[in-house]
Amino acid sequence: MNLPNQEETVTADTFLRGLWEENPVFVMLLGMCPVLAVTNSAINALAMGLATTFVLLCSSSLVSLFRKLIPKQVRIATYIVIIATFVTIVDYGIQAISLDLYNALGAFIQLIVVNCMILGRAEAYASKQRLGATVVNGLGMGVGFTIALLCLGGVREILGAGSLFGFPLFAENFQPWVVMILPPGGFFVLGGWLLLFNWYRQRRERKLMEQQGASVHGS
Amino acid sequence: MAAESLTFIFLNAAIINNFVLALFLGICPFLGVSAKRDTAWHMGLAVIFVMLVSSVSAYAINWLLIRFDIQFLRLICYIAVIASAVQLVEMAMKKFSPALFRALGIFLPLITTNCAILGVALFQTFREYDFLQCLAFSLGAGVGFTLALTLMAGLRERLELANVPNVSQGAALTLMLAGLLSLAFMGFAGLGGQHA
Amino acid sequence: MNQTSAPQSAELVAATPSFAMLRTLGLVAGLSGLLVVLTYQITLPLIEENKRIAIERALFKVIPGATSRRDFVATAQGIVAADDRAAEGTLVYAGYDEQDRLVGVALEAAAQGYQDIIRILYSFDPVCQCIRGIEVLKMAETPGIGDKIAKDPVFQENFVELDARLKADGSGLANDILMVKHGTKSEPWQIDAISGATISSRAVARMLNDSAQQMVPKIITYLDRLRDPGREKE
Repeated sequence: MNLPNQEETVTADTFLRGLWEENPVFVMLLGMCPVLAVTNSAINALAMGLATTFVLLCSSSLVSLFRKLIPKQVRIATYIVIIATFVTIVDYGIQAISLDLYNALGAFIQLIVVNCMILGRAEAYASKQRLGATVVNGLGMGVGFTIALLCLGGVREILGAGSLFGFPLFAENFQPWVVMILPPGGFFVLGGWLLLFNWYRQRRERKLMEQQGASVHGS
Repeated sequence: MAAESLTFIFLNAAIINNFVLALFLGICPFLGVSAKRDTAWHMGLAVIFVMLVSSVSAYAINWLLIRFDIQFLRLICYIAVIASAVQLVEMAMKKFSPALFRALGIFLPLITTNCAILGVALFQTFREYDFLQCLAFSLGAGVGFTLALTLMAGLRERLELANVPNVSQGAALTLMLAGLLSLAFMGFAGLGGQHA
Repeated sequence: MNQTSAPQSAELVAATPSFAMLRTLGLVAGLSGLLVVLTYQITLPLIEENKRIAIERALFKVIPGATSRRDFVATAQGIVAADDRAAEGTLVYAGYDEQDRLVGVALEAAAQGYQDIIRILYSFDPVCQCIRGIEVLKMAETPGIGDKIAKDPVFQENFVELDARLKADGSGLANDILMVKHGTKSEPWQIDAISGATISSRAVARMLNDSAQQMVPKIITYLDRLRDPGREKE
């Protein structure tokens, strides 16, 4: 995507890339474990997304700041220590904010540390780019990740519990589709979203082809 | 909770709360390396091995951390020590058993920072298992992972031959399949509640 | 980690002085240590406060009429106040009303449920020698089926006055706490199961029985100490 060692200028694309074109969940399939595990309700999904975004932002800014200081041989070790630090901070932060939330997310807060997306950003982007670009890109990726989690969490909560963010949406006689908030539901809903995106992408490509075909004919 | 029997811990980690299909740990290798049965099997063996190594090291670290009352450094220590322990073992394996290294070697660096590995270390700490329980737990988790991976690989090999609609090719189909597999594993729940 | 990764990559890249590696790792480790310790220090009181609120919320719910609490530890020798650091054993929460009279004792119990371990807090009333309420602290039971043990009002009624009398010799309960099929409860020590969630219901019965068999004799023996913890120090 980026040529190595080339510092890019900050554009809207730096941010937007994370939302759609390189969406960490739907396109790159990175960091799947928390995506599936904690999205049984919208509020958990949101909290997890924000926590991950925070870790991503802080760790990639720090990596970007230190990028000239870090020798190649120990770079992964350095990144991991930096990431683990911020994850520990988030872990204690969430405990301080709400124990219920902490219990709902369980070990997955600490498992942010092995989220491939974060290490991937540090290695592929932050270690080569200036602070500004890193922050913007990291923010984009984080927001993209959060939106993806919300997409999953929202759908699963609506189908599986008949509510959204804890507010009931349906009348009393709504029979929740319980399997959606159980583990298999995670796989099904994510698979469903991917199907939707595949379908959309293929349709767009087909249209593009038709347009090109038409213009060739017209000329 | 020291009363839990070793067999039960093993079964619980392997099938009732299967690491991949019920707890969603180690999804990346599950989706990535499950295309061929052969590779999946070797990957599974490597994971069992790394889980045992990391479980033992995590047990040792946790003992030290509690000793000095610095549990807040747990995450950083786990990650650093597990990564280096695996690398040390990898080097030793290369030297003393090249055949084994050829079979498992390429997977080792790949799985060191896999969430299933760290998950084993964290869960055994949360549940306050003693040393033998830790071993049973990590072995069970590894076996469960291998089981899920080989099952999935078997299914996907068959799927290669099937004629599926264009839109559902790739990850989407794999996820749906994983969902069905996970649904099947839900049938194991309740095994633990039946006894006694 | 640097010791293990350095020799491998050193052959590939022109040697960076090991001083640089040490400096960077040292710097990063120092910085991260500082940040972690700082966060830990700042959040510790908040977390303790949260934990206290959480436990008291559950506690005052299971012990009717309680407004304050004291913690005790049941060791092999007996029951001592929890501020005794050396004591190791089961935590016992004693709940008191506004006149500082003991109204109930709360204990934690756990057993394997349908999906995972279920942990509950239950209260024991020493006057009627019965269980007065349960509150589920942690579970992963199937939503809509097994998780009814936490909310189902009919099931909760089992624990308004669940008999847990001691045997005459004080070594255990006079009657085992047992789960029976839905709608067949006939004795005060039986728990009426939730229809369709037998395994979860049985888990609750089992953990209550296991815990009460052990703990009730101790509580009854050391009841005076729980009633008036001050006397012990005189």
